[in-house]
Amino acid sequence: MHSDLFDRYHHGHSRLHHLDPRVKVIVTLAFILSNALLPDGAWIAFALAWLFVIFATLMSGLGIGFTFKRSFIAFPFALAAITVLFSIPGQPVTSFRFLMWDLTITDAGLLRFVSIVIRSWLSVQMAILLVAATEFPKIIHALTHLRVPIIITVIISFLYRYLFVLTDEVMRMLRARQARSGAAPGVRSGGSVAWRARIAGHMAGQLFLRSYERSDRVYNAMLARGYKGELMTIHPHRYQKSDLVIGGLSILVLFMMQIAGRF
Amino acid sequence: MHYAPAPLHIPDGFLNFIVSLICWAITVAVLSMAISRTNKSLGEKQVPLMGIMAAFIFAAQMINFPVAGGTSGHLLGGALAAIVLGPWAAMLVMTAVIAVQALLFQDGGLLVMGANILNMGLLTSAIGYGLYRGVLGNSRSVKLTVAGVSAWLSVMAGALGTALQLWLSGTSSLQTVVLAMLGVHAVIGIGEALITVAALSFIFQTRPDLLDEKSISAKSGRGWVVVGVVISLAVVLLSPFASANPDGLERVATDMGFINAGQSAPFQIISDYNIPFLGATPLSTILAGVTGVLVVLGLVIVAGKSLQQKSQIENRQS
Repeated sequence: MHSDLFDRYHHGHSRLHHLDPRVKVIVTLAFILSNALLPDGAWIAFALAWLFVIFATLMSGLGIGFTFKRSFIAFPFALAAITVLFSIPGQPVTSFRFLMWDLTITDAGLLRFVSIVIRSWLSVQMAILLVAATEFPKIIHALTHLRVPIIITVIISFLYRYLFVLTDEVMRMLRARQARSGAAPGVRSGGSVAWRARIAGHMAGQLFLRSYERSDRVYNAMLARGYKGELMTIHPHRYQKSDLVIGGLSILVLFMMQIAGRF
Repeated sequence: MHYAPAPLHIPDGFLNFIVSLICWAITVAVLSMAISRTNKSLGEKQVPLMGIMAAFIFAAQMINFPVAGGTSGHLLGGALAAIVLGPWAAMLVMTAVIAVQALLFQDGGLLVMGANILNMGLLTSAIGYGLYRGVLGNSRSVKLTVAGVSAWLSVMAGALGTALQLWLSGTSSLQTVVLAMLGVHAVIGIGEALITVAALSFIFQTRPDLLDEKSISAKSGRGWVVVGVVISLAVVLLSPFASANPDGLERVATDMGFINAGQSAPFQIISDYNIPFLGATPLSTILAGVTGVLVVLGLVIVAGKSLQQKSQIENRQS
């Protein structure tokens, strides 16, 4: 099995795919920033932000439900925000008994909780769209242009390149462990938790050594191909006027959204 | 291929703007130090090494082992990376891992990435290297024990950081989030500690040259011992403080007169983080925290000893 299956890029030739990656990264970050700045309960602005996501999804040609389907990834984390339902003072909405606590949900708490979840849900959709419509190496290159330090972007590009190789390696190790872990029905198999942890630890150690030794070979191979300490590309990375227009308009819309959110 | 998100990755929307900004400022400051140090001390060869080590951490986080009831233990890797690569390189490596998890898998947000890097990359590396650096020159079992403790503490530091940021953002009430995060991660941290110790003991057996005294101490200065100890102490002292401070849920419960119901948890070794005969004073709270750490330390030592003995027996047999 090749785990490059979990690359998130969906090939296409839409306007969004061809938009300059720098513009896409900046607009995505601005969108997420704008969500964070919107006050609680700014329903009109939240609705506008959702329209913004839908419009961008339509522009990507990936299908209108594309981001929606995968947008629930951050929902388990909403558990962390559940306490605000009860802890912010306000008018009680409903109260119930949970295990041994009597809990009262307040209107202010509900408002805050729903706002947090909506902000998170909108932001995640934009990030999903960014990686679906942009090849990852182009995102990394955009980050370099946006002054992210070279050493970090180079490490990220190596990580991306070898992620799939080492994930395959891990899959092989996990499969080997499974193949050697026979179990008969009704018989307890495997050792104690500490024993299992030790096996997992040895696998991690083994993976470390394999990766370490691989990095030696990779370095030698790169030297043989003329590596001088930085990665080169022949891609020109020029943006067109229309890229700037789309970027400018998006920022303007986000600005209007902020104004709408304050009324 | 499924990819399970870890509970420490904060998504966008859960931290407010100010907290995100402050975390980014701290992270950028530390990372720029890390970049200037690594640029000075490392050759061009180190860049591919760090890149592949980042891929290693990413892949190693998929190695898990069943614990009980469908839950499994797995690795975060910050402490392990710091011990084998040195603190600065480990920080850059963890940053790359967290950035790719956020960008590619939406596991953790973009605006809150500064906080995620701070919690899972910077704090973990500082504790891992700092504590391990402090016991260089001791026997291998002492080193492995300290590595295990530092791995556990690094997870707790990440959990405490996350909890405090959520509280400061007004997303969670202080006591609940601190208790919940630290409670869950006290268990997750044991998995982290066991895997880290076993991975290191494996490397000790197969490639001891990677872990000898010289190469570890050449990676950074002794100042890290102070940094590691200070952060660890902050975690140990702050956790019981934060969770004993009546706030949020407890205050609401007090107002409504349900405080007694909330406090009678089924399992209470140290009730409400106070030592009984000292009463509810800060000293008592701190002592309770230290006792908790000593208990975990004891458990890790016992587990480490048994792991080592088993390894030795198997070595003789093979």
